[in-house]
Amino acid sequence: MIGTGLRRRISRVLWRRPRLRLGLLLGGPLVWLLVAYIGSLIALLVTSLYHYQDDPTGLVQHLSTSPSATNYRRLLDQHVYRDVAFRTIGAALTVTVIDLLVALPVAFYIAKLAAPWLRRVLVVAVTMPLWAGYLVKGYAWRAILDPAGGVLHQVFGHSPGFGLSGTTLTLAYLWLPYMIIPIYAGLERLPNSLLEASTDLGAKAATTFARIVLPQLLPSIVAGSIFTFALTLGDFYMNQIVGGTTQFLGNVVYREFSANLPFAAAYATLPIVIMVAYLLGARSTGALEEL
Amino acid sequence: MRHANRVAATAAVLVLIATACGSSSNKSSSTTTTPKVQQTIGKGEGAVSILAWPGYAENGSNDPKVNWVKPFETATGCKATVKYFGTSDEAFNLFKTGQYDVVSASGDATLRVVADGDAAAVNTKLLTNWNDIASFLKLKPWNSVGGVSYGVPHGWGANLLMYNENVVKPAPTSWGAVFDATSPYKGKVTGYDSPIYIADAALYLQKTKPALKITNPYALDDTQFTAVVDLMKQQRKIIGEYWSDYLKEQDAFTKGSLVLGTTWQVITNGVQADKSSPPVKAIIPAEGSTAWSDTWMLSTKSKHPNCAYEWMNWITKPDIQAQVAEYFGEAPANLKACSLTTNRDHCKLFGASDTSFYSKLAYWTTPTAKCLDGRTGVTCKNYADWTAAWDSIKG
Repeated sequence: MIGTGLRRRISRVLWRRPRLRLGLLLGGPLVWLLVAYIGSLIALLVTSLYHYQDDPTGLVQHLSTSPSATNYRRLLDQHVYRDVAFRTIGAALTVTVIDLLVALPVAFYIAKLAAPWLRRVLVVAVTMPLWAGYLVKGYAWRAILDPAGGVLHQVFGHSPGFGLSGTTLTLAYLWLPYMIIPIYAGLERLPNSLLEASTDLGAKAATTFARIVLPQLLPSIVAGSIFTFALTLGDFYMNQIVGGTTQFLGNVVYREFSANLPFAAAYATLPIVIMVAYLLGARSTGALEEL
Repeated sequence: MRHANRVAATAAVLVLIATACGSSSNKSSSTTTTPKVQQTIGKGEGAVSILAWPGYAENGSNDPKVNWVKPFETATGCKATVKYFGTSDEAFNLFKTGQYDVVSASGDATLRVVADGDAAAVNTKLLTNWNDIASFLKLKPWNSVGGVSYGVPHGWGANLLMYNENVVKPAPTSWGAVFDATSPYKGKVTGYDSPIYIADAALYLQKTKPALKITNPYALDDTQFTAVVDLMKQQRKIIGEYWSDYLKEQDAFTKGSLVLGTTWQVITNGVQADKSSPPVKAIIPAEGSTAWSDTWMLSTKSKHPNCAYEWMNWITKPDIQAQVAEYFGEAPANLKACSLTTNRDHCKLFGASDTSFYSKLAYWTTPTAKCLDGRTGVTCKNYADWTAAWDSIKG
């Protein structure tokens, strides 16, 4: 127990020094953020400059900490790493486009057309899959995509099977709620009177969508795309389940992690660079306020 | 402005701390420690954390009749948590964290684990079944350093070629079936998703392309390695999917999306036990096989060393060895298990005491720059090279 006198004194000191108050409040989280977050990023960048060297005996390898560009040179020299990076970015973009095409009408229906009670039900329904485990959904999609008698094969007689398209479809399903929710929130804020005014002035539905809805909605769309793009860019396990022989950036990083950690670190800086560029681009649209 | 300066200064300090920590930990891992071993098995700590190949530590959750973990807990009071892994790389990464007391490491992980300072030397006097373990498994290059044992042998077996008998006709007799670019089973062939699988192609070329002069599939020089990797790249075109999760391969053979490829006996057993699955068979092809020889190793960071020794003693007991060996489909290390298996011929089937059969298989070993086949004056490809090659094989 702290005595009343001491407690008063502390409170008097804190009252007089607002800076100290703020420091005590934010100090902990800030240190955590800097050490755990920025610190690990810096550790990653530093590690990426290390490299392994064979011991003269040839039996073990030693980590050399003198900075060198060995890993980055290998990334540039061997086209496989470029191919894998482009494949991953391509998948991230495809997933984002699929999710956008599905999310726009769904979110529009929920926000503008559905009755209020139905709206609540639909929002819950959209977020419901987030309660199920990642692996559960992955294996469910395995059963859907299975080329030998999976659901798609039985219903349509054809399935894309296990491979890049299978992974892309599965990831598009997984991240869909992250696209629907921000768009739905954006549409809810869009006054109906704007749509009515546009119609009154003789605009067709397409014109209203292109000139009224889309510009208003752009920040929400970009906000949703940050999720779908970033989550796909970092995903590696879905390939193990439905990817067949496909590998993404994350698969290579995971594999190299045990054999050549500095190289894994060097390759892992690529998605960071991509995401920073993406976020900077997103900021200019005002999307970061929508998150 | 003053704020900005202060933030920058704080960040700079943190960078210094981060780099300082980084370099100090690197130093400590490279120093070699003189092996000090535990002298007695004290009172159990009440818990043990086990990192194992699938099927090595069954607690009845996969099959209620297959359970030797619960009896272990009852007998020793050590509550066991089991984590299964799919590849040696995964085992190495997980064991490195120090969260596990024991690991069932194959020969392509053992030396890495020791070199990394993660495995402790064991006191064989504390291992109650040590004397019954087949002598050709003890104090071998992959489980000992300088005559000191870094664990107790568990068992060994070959990687097999599994095929769907309804689809694959005529029945394959050679590994060539999975390397045939014109295979009629294109898209339904599988391979093991790990750099160590490259050895399967090396073994095949060792037997079919004598001009390459491969004598050990884990000791490949430049020319040999290029030929082997080319074969793997050719194989990738007929692969439907790679597996490292054993349940995935089991599922795919049961459903029929895969019909041909490398496997473990335990997976074949799983497919055969499923009544809905097509008939499958697993064989050792004419070229022989790559294989594994596993060792239970103890963590240097073990928080439950007594329970860890209890586990090593439990899992090498003759009756438990008999159960594991039959469930997983391998040769037990403890030869006393041979009279306790349900199928009396189990040990004969798996050549458990057959030294010459044992020496015919090509056991997973970590490839090093110093050629493992004894060649000098030539540099072989090390495991980092194998991993890089695996990146490009998968493309």
